Amino acid sequence: MTLLTVDGLTVGDSLVADVSFTVTAGDRVGLIGESGSGKSLTSLAILGLLPPGLPASGSVLLDGVDMLHAPERRRTRVRGRVAAVVFQEPLTALDPLMRVGRQIAEPLQRFQRLRGPALRDAVHAALDDVRLTDTSRIARAYPHELSGGQRQRVAIAMALACRPRLLVADEPTTALDVTVQAEILDLLDRLVTERGTALLFITHDLPVAARVIRDTHVMRSGRIVESGPIGSLIAAPAHDYTRTLVDSARRFDAALERTGRD
Amino acid sequence: MIAYLLRRTAILLGSLVLAAVVLFVLLRLLPGDPANALLGVGATPEQIEAARRELGTDAPLATQFLRWLADVATLDLGKSLVSSLPVGPEIVARLPVTVPLTLSAFVVAVLVAVPVGVLAATRADRWYGPVLNAIAQLGIAVPAFWVGLLLITVFALRLRVLPAGGFPPDGWGDFGAAAQSLVLPVVTVALVMSASLIRYVRSATLDVLGSDFLRTARALGASPAQALWRHGLRNAAVPVLAVLAMELATTFLGAVVVESVFALPGLGGLLTRGISQHDYPVVQGVMLVSTATVLVVGFLGDLAQRLADPRLRVRP
Amino acid sequence: MSLDPETLSPPAPAGTAPRKARRRLSWHLVLGLILVLVVAGAVLVSYVWLPFAPDDTSGGRLTPPGGDHLLGTDKLGRDLFTQLLIGGRIALGTALGAVAVGGVLGVSAGLLAGFATRWLDDAAAVVLDILIAFPTLLLAMLIVAGAGASLGTAILAIGLAMAAIVARLTRVLVKQVLARDYITAARVAGVSWPRIVAAHVLPNIAPVLLVNLALQAGLAVLAEASLSYLGLGTPPPNASWGRMLFEAQATVLTAPAAALAPGIALVVLVIGMNLTADGLRDLTDPRRRR
Repeated sequence: MTLLTVDGLTVGDSLVADVSFTVTAGDRVGLIGESGSGKSLTSLAILGLLPPGLPASGSVLLDGVDMLHAPERRRTRVRGRVAAVVFQEPLTALDPLMRVGRQIAEPLQRFQRLRGPALRDAVHAALDDVRLTDTSRIARAYPHELSGGQRQRVAIAMALACRPRLLVADEPTTALDVTVQAEILDLLDRLVTERGTALLFITHDLPVAARVIRDTHVMRSGRIVESGPIGSLIAAPAHDYTRTLVDSARRFDAALERTGRD
Repeated sequence: MIAYLLRRTAILLGSLVLAAVVLFVLLRLLPGDPANALLGVGATPEQIEAARRELGTDAPLATQFLRWLADVATLDLGKSLVSSLPVGPEIVARLPVTVPLTLSAFVVAVLVAVPVGVLAATRADRWYGPVLNAIAQLGIAVPAFWVGLLLITVFALRLRVLPAGGFPPDGWGDFGAAAQSLVLPVVTVALVMSASLIRYVRSATLDVLGSDFLRTARALGASPAQALWRHGLRNAAVPVLAVLAMELATTFLGAVVVESVFALPGLGGLLTRGISQHDYPVVQGVMLVSTATVLVVGFLGDLAQRLADPRLRVRP
Repeated sequence: MSLDPETLSPPAPAGTAPRKARRRLSWHLVLGLILVLVVAGAVLVSYVWLPFAPDDTSGGRLTPPGGDHLLGTDKLGRDLFTQLLIGGRIALGTALGAVAVGGVLGVSAGLLAGFATRWLDDAAAVVLDILIAFPTLLLAMLIVAGAGASLGTAILAIGLAMAAIVARLTRVLVKQVLARDYITAARVAGVSWPRIVAAHVLPNIAPVLLVNLALQAGLAVLAEASLSYLGLGTPPPNASWGRMLFEAQATVLTAPAAALAPGIALVVLVIGMNLTADGLRDLTDPRRRR
């Protein structure tokens, strides 16, 4: 079953140009590209949250709803329920003035109509799911009182509390330390497997993408330049740009190995 | 929070003392001898000398200052040079005009400015968003006294529905008349104040509308109104709280000027009269009370902001 | 005196944003400059030509507008348009004088405070906060109370009050610039402090300061008008717009032009200055364009 169909999406003055791809239920798809390649605008377009004044054409069908042109009310009903998102910078993505527990409670109230003790238990369970220990302390904390990794776990818990069928992860590990990155990737990997959620993973980092996704699209200057299973892309990159991505990742690995041996 | 409270209280007390020093020094060091002002032109040197002794202005400045501080500490603000009446009771007698005027104008301004500012930001894409903004832009360029003059012309002189100025001799004993005579002054001050407040609210709301956390809320299924209500307004309120205290002070100043327009017997009238008559105990007294009010309001505003923003609470 | 609403979020010195947006003259700047230049032009003309001598009362009292007297005459028989032009001199003079006083004092004090460290820095912050707590008009009234009402006193008083606001802004901006890596790099490279100020600090803070000073100019005009209206500014017979409005209040029904013209002139000049400030901000900081 197709969850998301992007067809000929064009945003602004070719910030995103004629991008087409689909995500079916349970899929794991990557969008790889350097910053400014249009991948984040694509993710905003999927949720129908492009900044006002930025013209978009083509079509984005999320569970059959046209996220570019449908009335706001219809688009709101699809967000969270069908697709939820984890953004890059967890510090600014969370409300700085609201305790973390209440922020996680919000989608739980909205989508599962939970109240009272049941709601509190669900919040703790959600924190537990993202491997946050000491859940009652964290639920009472404000975002600025948590570490970057903890905040991103909270953001993931909020997104998954919606029980979406598609999780859009927009550079979810870029703002984090390398060791924390690995933990968050494992967590995402495990959670989407357990729940059968489809994953659209957006990153500039080929090795990171390779850990969690199967198929990928490589974007450059707003266009998709190459698509395919990530394994074959790495083994035999067809496009020049993909080749530079693979080469630089290899060189980086090689350099790491050299310093490891010295 | 306790540490901050102590520190901020210390700063408040320091500011009050410093304000007293500045007031005193400015009034004494600037040219214009109160003894001269008291006696007028043509006084003999002996008369001036006698007047100085009586006023205590012949003593060294430090002594004068300490004497004055001691008096202030016992709520004695001295006597007017012109009327010989004690300044303290004179100020208290004028509060029933200035305080209701300032507070109601402030409340009206906030009640108008918050919804209008939010609308001007959230409806920037409709025709009325920019129109509201343009009106606010116009409002901050209009002097309060001119607004008062125009309102008097229309509502008091042409339509004759409200008094052009003055205050009933019974004060609030004649409640209806007192309230009526404050309507136009309150509207005047509130109009001018709300213009600048609208711009703050609009700016803070625009910042919040572009924030990542509002986008997160929307992305997880909150409607635009829900997201703005639950996350936006509170975040927008933090910077606005900071300026509210300052706005209250500005409202008070607006009231001081507007009282002159409407010939209201408030602090403003007392101050202007004191200045033109070189009646420095009066000026000093009114200034001290006004500055202290401004400083205390600023203190409360800072505390309110701390309470609203948990990020500020952790810092020492 | 109120703060600039745009400084709610701390102002970023120019040159921090990736300059993607093209620098464009906004209509704010064009309209603002036109309004200010109209007033300035009229004031310049008034120095070589006035319709009547300022004290010429030959027109008769309270002549209605039209004929020889474009705006009519006041209750002493003086030509209102002439008065309006002279009031323009006072308004612009106040703006320029107060901005000069406030700008020079404020920027110097702010630079010094910006470079202060540890307790000196804390002390500077506290003192500036206290000075800001004195609203401009109150401080100006205080100075007028001591020094007597005159245009010079008013300008000095408004300028001094402005200096505190400018100093605080300058201090914040200097702190932001000094925290940058390129300053550290320059220091490591052995560049002297005066050179760093001239080459890095001033150019970076100048745009934000310029915008603020343009706003302050408008506020200075309003403050002078209020002082004059209260009888604490320019003494008669010089026609400040504030004073003209005070005098027109008594005859507003018989001579409405006298109560309208100076007010409109004030609003035009102040809006012009505010729009110029907005336009300058758009020009120097494209991110804030809205």
